[in-house]
Amino acid sequence: MLKYFKEIGRYFILMKKVFSVPEKKDIFFKQLFNEFEKVGLSSLSIVLIISFFVGGVVTIQQAINIDDPLIPKYLIGFVTRDALILEFSPTMIALILAGKVGSNIASEIGSMRISEQIDALEIMGINSASYLVLPKIIASMLFFPVLVILSIFIGIFGGWIGGISIGVTTADFVLGLQTEFSPFYVSYSLIKTVVFAFLITSISAFYGYFTKGGALEVGKSSTTAVVNSSILILIFNFIITELLLT
Amino acid sequence: MIEVQNLSKSFKENLVLDNISVKLERGKTNLIIGESGSGKTTFLKCLIGLHSIDNGEILFDNRKFSKMNDKNIRKFRQEIGVLFQGGALYDYLSVEDNIMFPLNMFTRLSLKEKRERVNFCLCKVNLEKTNNLFPSELSGGMTKRVAIARAIALNPKYLFCDEPNSGLDPKTAILIDNLILEITEEFNITTIVNTHDMNSVIQIGSNILFIHHGKILWKGNKNDLTKSKNNELNNFVFASKLFKTLRNENFT
Repeated sequence: MLKYFKEIGRYFILMKKVFSVPEKKDIFFKQLFNEFEKVGLSSLSIVLIISFFVGGVVTIQQAINIDDPLIPKYLIGFVTRDALILEFSPTMIALILAGKVGSNIASEIGSMRISEQIDALEIMGINSASYLVLPKIIASMLFFPVLVILSIFIGIFGGWIGGISIGVTTADFVLGLQTEFSPFYVSYSLIKTVVFAFLITSISAFYGYFTKGGALEVGKSSTTAVVNSSILILIFNFIITELLLT
Repeated sequence: MIEVQNLSKSFKENLVLDNISVKLERGKTNLIIGESGSGKTTFLKCLIGLHSIDNGEILFDNRKFSKMNDKNIRKFRQEIGVLFQGGALYDYLSVEDNIMFPLNMFTRLSLKEKRERVNFCLCKVNLEKTNNLFPSELSGGMTKRVAIARAIALNPKYLFCDEPNSGLDPKTAILIDNLILEITEEFNITTIVNTHDMNSVIQIGSNILFIHHGKILWKGNKNDLTKSKNNELNNFVFASKLFKTLRNENFT
């Protein structure tokens, strides 16, 4: 138990070090744009592919489940839309990004730690935590919401294709999409995404930053980072939902 | 000059450095020698501030390290150049960008001036025209030389080298040794080299400290080394067959 408290304490001490004013603004912005590419753009294809197919499958499953003449067909579009906005796009995509981006961050920073590159930064008088981690956190908190919005659109597009393939008309599907649309659901989804983005990058960076040993430990840090950030995503998903939707 | 006064360091119950006092002179290559696990890397890391110390004081030209606040430590660290065992070059940066990195962070030089400084440093380590190579494209010796070029980019007053010859062939090791000696004398800096390579000791050891079980057991220069009556030192120095043979043939 004490070990966990110690770990949480170390995490907050690291975050205090991370959130300090960057030493050189121009270098920080250069790093930030690099991170947009590394944590954001490079995940675009996987997010779009998964969203398209999940949207399609969700629609087909709904169509099969509510195959009853008394239930209006437009509910298929309605359920697909809400499933994507409320849960699939923010939470499932966050779990996928925890695997892809999180492991990448933990192994990158972990490798820098064991090859003394982080020591070299510290020796030069550079705040290594802020220099390495802050651009990643900011980039993910700004870019993940963009990915989630794209995921919602592509998921709905996939849903429409899936619906057509089993006989749901475009008119019914679009009517479902328009029915009782609450813009707050999108806000809720984006708020969750920003929180998840922070969790993924900060937790992965934490495990990478405190890696000790060799290549084997880098792998372990990477795995621990993915597992723990996934668990925390699910816990915070519950907390945020309780706070915002009930 | 670096003055170490009564320095002690332990990890939990394990005392690694025991009341070390020593003066490391400017313009000389100060070699710290000793077996693996003797405490020399810990000593070096204490000197550069990567390990906190339990007791004692470190003075860099009469400036007490313990009295410096965070801001002063950051500024002071720009006076330090460190050559890490593996080079610690940033994988994602080219040779030029690696050397330019401290210049970008701490100077307001123009790009042209920075490039000139990079080329000067590369020329010092005999690696002209390697600016666009990446660390993965460099040999072990080249990596060390680029790391030296980066370490001297900001004109440091103190140069720390941790096992500069590890993993290098004898010819390249001599090249690195000579480079360290040349830079030390030319720029009149305080150089501390952590090594267990006896060839380096014979090559550049102008001030040698022998650490054994966390204590300094012997101090001297390369000429005194072979005449020492210290058993631990002799066991270390003459551990190899080559050096034993040379001793029997009265080499000095």
